[in-house]
Amino acid sequence: MSTTVMTLRQIRYVNKTFWRNPASAFFTFAFPLMFLVIFTSLLGNGTVSIGSLVVKTSTYYVASMAAFAVVTACFNNVAISITFQRENGVLKRTNGTPLPASAFLGARIVHAMLAAVLLVVITVAFGNLAYSAHVPTGLTLLRFVIMLVVGAATFCALGLAITAVIPNADASPAIVNATILPLLFLSGIFIPFGNNTPSWILWIARIFPVKHFADGMQAGFLGTSFHWTDVLIVAVWGVAGLVLAARFFSWEPRA
Amino acid sequence: MDATAAVEVRGLTKSYRDVHAVAGVDLRIERGEIFALLGPNGAGKTTTVEILEGYRSRDAGSVSILGYDPGKQRQQLKSKIGIVLQSTGVDRYLTVAETIAMYASYYPNPRPADEVIEIVGLAAKRDTRVLKLSGGQQRRLDVAIALAGNPELLFLDEPTTGFDPSARREAWEVVKSLAALGKTVLLTTHYMDEAQYLADRVAVISAGRIVAEGPPATIGDRERASTHIRYRLPDGTSGGEPPADLTGPPDPDGYVNLVPDDLTQALHRLTGWAIERGIRLETLQIVRPSLEDVYLALTDGEPGGGGTDSATAGADGPARRSRTPGRRNSS
Repeated sequence: MSTTVMTLRQIRYVNKTFWRNPASAFFTFAFPLMFLVIFTSLLGNGTVSIGSLVVKTSTYYVASMAAFAVVTACFNNVAISITFQRENGVLKRTNGTPLPASAFLGARIVHAMLAAVLLVVITVAFGNLAYSAHVPTGLTLLRFVIMLVVGAATFCALGLAITAVIPNADASPAIVNATILPLLFLSGIFIPFGNNTPSWILWIARIFPVKHFADGMQAGFLGTSFHWTDVLIVAVWGVAGLVLAARFFSWEPRA
Repeated sequence: MDATAAVEVRGLTKSYRDVHAVAGVDLRIERGEIFALLGPNGAGKTTTVEILEGYRSRDAGSVSILGYDPGKQRQQLKSKIGIVLQSTGVDRYLTVAETIAMYASYYPNPRPADEVIEIVGLAAKRDTRVLKLSGGQQRRLDVAIALAGNPELLFLDEPTTGFDPSARREAWEVVKSLAALGKTVLLTTHYMDEAQYLADRVAVISAGRIVAEGPPATIGDRERASTHIRYRLPDGTSGGEPPADLTGPPDPDGYVNLVPDDLTQALHRLTGWAIERGIRLETLQIVRPSLEDVYLALTDGEPGGGGTDSATAGADGPARRSRTPGRRNSS
């Protein structure tokens, strides 16, 4: 039996548990849309300047919330569900079966990425209907999809990696949010950067992957220019996350 | 291949810093046996078993599980064994049937899910989600998951710890039924009665060493060791003392305890003496050391945590109150 077949089978079970857990499904799917509505309602009538380009705030938020959705569906979801499964012994049990680790973790990651893609589609469709956001086509669409897939994979890998520093399931939402929320703010996801953004914030945004990912996503919607360096930097983070996860990942609950 | 033992362990050691968790364990378990590793908490049971399962590395010694070395051939071994860990969850939102089918799909030659459900007695809960099962039912699901891959050897780590008496009985019946399937079972427990009821053979582990091994009826020389005569003369007995070698200072309860060389002869003389004098020795007992006595003696009197619940009573005759140890195997 090939690992691919086992992974595909496993995805079906991950999918079942995902949708049957009302809390996880609700937060993953409702949050980005809720934030989109809230932010555009609060700030939607203004404009945002990106370089020389001026775009409507509502359009900006469609791109931002699509990026936010990917981060939630991948990073938060993977980190929290894996710590939970580690704590209650699902990981240890699975580790005692012939299912390859790559199939088990791969299924979780691919599922999170599929959820992320679905979320982006929903966000964009909603943004298009409610805020007449532009939907990318052609080459722009292709670049957008590449950024989306690379970004989703990266945030999954980072989600796996961070489980190494999460002591138990109780701590996991707190640690996950404490790491990602400030970074989301410092990457201009919730509040667009203006001309007066302090340079330390710009530096943080330049170092971490969230801003690069968001920029790549925005290029699909806003007509800003697409940089392959953004894809590259995000991918490097993903590889780093994978290396750390491979080194420090634990199948057993931490004492 | 089938000529090899299911489990063959020699000189197994494992230390954590300065603690010798496993300090030289030898074990041999034949195919088709139910074998219990009995010992108090912290004796090294779980560490030993987790080395055999492949979860932990060992410091020294040789381990062969169904002919495989769990340290080097873990992947091959995994499809031949089933593991029930001490406390592990499953995804709560799947049904019983889905859970078993999922785990079965990991194995090359699984047993049909419905058959497994039948064996563990969960047919009525087939389409119930895991989060709605009782503790006893979840434990049966654990066994079902371990059986899903149709393993040759099952590890059950403290399968009934924390159970109420009726849930324990349920679990025991499931384990008994595994033997009927021809499976080899290695279970750990700190309940004497569990080992006695389930196991063909028992090894007592204490401080990382096997201190006794054998069938529950004879372990620790239990069948030969110090069978007692125990009696109390009725109040106001006249007619003198019994023969000198059949009496002694009474214990706090007023009983005389004897360990005769020849039980039959001693009983005959004692009852003959009593009949001659018209004394009715209604308190007369012949006491064989219980497994619990042997165990307490072997493990230096450390009782297994929580091993005193109601299910312990009645497992082994009237010997509860005598804590007289059997002959010690270790020195």
